[in-house]
Formats: sequence, C-alpha cells, structure tokens
Amino acid sequence: MSETRTVTITVNGKRETRSVPVRLLLSDFLRHELLLTGTHVGCEHGVCGACTVLFDGKTARSCLTLAVQAHGHEITTVEGVAPSSNELHPLQQALQDHHGLQCGFCTPGMVMTLLELLRDNPQPTEHDVRSAISGNLCRCTGYSGIVEAALDAAGKMK
Amino acid sequence: MKPAPFAYHDPTRLDEALALLAAKENARVLAGGQSLIPMLNFRYLQPDDIVDVNGIAELAGIEGKNGALRIGAMTRQRDVEFSDVVAQDMPLMKAAVLQVGHRQTRNRGTVGGSLAHLDPAAELPLVACALDATIHAASARGSRDIAFADYAHGFMSPALEPDEMLTAVSFPVWGNASAFVEFARREGDFAIVAVAAQLEIAGGAIKRAAIALGGMGPTYIRAREAETTLAGAKASPEVFRAAADACTRIEAIDDVHAPASYRQHLAGVLVRRALERACA
Repeated sequence: MSETRTVTITVNGKRETRSVPVRLLLSDFLRHELLLTGTHVGCEHGVCGACTVLFDGKTARSCLTLAVQAHGHEITTVEGVAPSSNELHPLQQALQDHHGLQCGFCTPGMVMTLLELLRDNPQPTEHDVRSAISGNLCRCTGYSGIVEAALDAAGKMK
Repeated sequence: MKPAPFAYHDPTRLDEALALLAAKENARVLAGGQSLIPMLNFRYLQPDDIVDVNGIAELAGIEGKNGALRIGAMTRQRDVEFSDVVAQDMPLMKAAVLQVGHRQTRNRGTVGGSLAHLDPAAELPLVACALDATIHAASARGSRDIAFADYAHGFMSPALEPDEMLTAVSFPVWGNASAFVEFARREGDFAIVAVAAQLEIAGGAIKRAAIALGGMGPTYIRAREAETTLAGAKASPEVFRAAADACTRIEAIDDVHAPASYRQHLAGVLVRRALERACA
C-alpha cells in the first residue's frame, strides 16, 4: 500500500542504491538503511538541528527531507567529516579541547552546521558563530564551549 | 515512518504539476518542506498525493523589471539573502529574510512556500503585505494575479483554490528608507510581533509610508492610522512617536506566547524603532 521507489544517493562519497518507501525521511534512510547512526534524530520536526547534514554541500535538516528527494544528490553526514578512522577533523578536535560536548546528542548537527559556516566564512566573529548555531539546540554545554571551539577551529583551519 | 502513506509525484514541468493538482482530490504541493514536512511528520496533514515541485526549474529565480521585483515561488530563502538585486532594490526584503528561521531552513525553505503557508508571524508575507505585493497563481484552468490584500484571508488561509498553485510574487519597488524589526524569544524563532516599514522621504518630509504588523492576530495588519500620521509629515522623533502610539491601539490576540496588552506594547516600541532605524 505504501509506494516505493529506487533511489541512488551519494553518501560521504559512496553511491548507495536502495528501494525505499516514498514517505521515508532522509534521517531514517541514513540511520536505518545505511546504519549511519551518527546523524541524530531529536525532535523530528525541524526544531532541534541534531539531524543536520550537508545536502549538495549546504546544511539541511534530514528530518525535513524525504529520502526520495535526495535521489541523485550528494549527502555528507558526520561520518564523512574526519580524514580517517583514527584522526579527528580540526573542528572535532577543537570541540573536544574546549568541552564543546557533554552528552554528544547535538554534536553531529553542530559539526555539520559549523563546517558550512567555516567554509563560507573562514573568520567568523562570535556573533556569526552564535547566529549559525541558533538552529541547533544543546541542553548540556550552555553553548560557550561550542562557540570557543568554532573560533579556535577557524584559526587552525586557516 | 512518520508521515502517513502518500503517492509521490515529482514533475519537471509546471503544466504537469498543475495537471496533477487538477486530477488529485487531496494533494499537497511540496516546496522547501520546512513547514509541510513537520505537519506530515505529526500527521496533522495526511494528503493522498504529494506533488514535489523542486524539479521545476522555471519556478525559481529573481527578476527585476518595470519597477517591480518578481521572485519565483521556488526561489530559496538563502538565495534571496545573497541576491544583489534584492539588496539593491528591496533592502526591506533582505532585512526580513535574515530573520527567517535558521541557515539550515533557509537553504531549503522557499519564498513561495512561506507565502502559501501564511504563518501569521512569518516575515516574508509581512513584507508582501507592507508593499502590496501581487501573488501570481496558476492552475490547469489558467493563471491569475491576486493582490496581497485579497490573498491573506485569515489564519494560514491563502486565497488559493485546491487545484491552484502559487508560482511567483511581484513586489513594487519604491521608497528610499526601510526597516524590518521583530521581537522573538530566540534568534530564528517566529516573531511575537514583527514590523515591516517602507518609506519614501524627500527633503526631510515623508512622501509615502507603508507599515505592516505581524504576530498581532490571525493574519497581517496594515497600520493605516500610523501611515496617515506619517504621510506628508516631516520625519521627526515626535511624528514617529505619534505613529507608534497609534499602533498600540491596534487589536491583538492573547496566546501562550504573550498577552494582547504585551503585543500592543511591542507594536508601539517596534514601530518607533523601525522608523528610527529606517531614517538613521
């Protein structure tokens, strides 16, 4: 009764083809079909930002995108950020150094959002950083460590 | 699986999309999805058919001609944010779009989607109200233009027929001073009250003024008394205060976010700030 479609989506550089229900959300496609559970699902209605991924290089909430809409497009998740399995990206390292995460639930969304910010604006001000992550909720850190990490990473990524 | 089952259509031409809307009884147009998909996830809406118009290239784009700026329905809010022609011809729109949601939602969210959803506190319809924009709509039966005053009927109620789709919006370009000011609990939230102000000033005198208020009621309101107070007056703190005072007498709603009296207070403060900022 539920319509299905075959989709081919490039995720972290790898082409993935699956037959999926058309109502499947991209967030659930990543987690349930590809077992990429780094993309976290918090509110599932576009408020918390935990499920943020890059859709053709631009941040998007994967819970507000259907998997079928990603057919033929490129998705980057938090699993695609680090240069290798035993190295961290400078932004990830900075988050660790500055206590930018505690429970870690919001972290994947923070990382994807800040990656876009640092790519588009390599020398952000504190306000730029706070504005960029205004759509990402964190209930542990009070945001200070995240902002410090982003500013530190911007300096190191130059 | 969050949304209820639906049939998915992804036409690449407008006429295909309009034929689908004509043929399907309970269909919804999917634009950026930043409002529709939450409603599907909550199952507030259970359409039988989704017509995804993201693949229709002709629906996106920004074009200035004949003293108007025409923005295609599928133009992403983020593209409006970085548009040179918008920044130059309609700084009010640029200021407004910066207040719309967050960068992640602006990357996907569209101008047409916001105008079709018509949230009473949304920024882009408020600009359309202030500037007396024209909504362009199409169906398999033909196309028509709707003045914004005849378009926003009430709470999230656009004057679109079930088989009709918003295809573009045109804003008349006028004036030389503007400001968009809102109060929200957090950056990116829907405003409790928002103000869009467009002015034309010559030799220190206000030739023409348009002020629209959002968040005060089920839909957007033009502050007619304030506009009349401003028109023909010298731009001065006294006349700004008189215009702002007029806005504190506009009827407002009570809800979980704020009582009516607080909204009326905000209307006065924000209109005064908008006028000061426009003329700074």
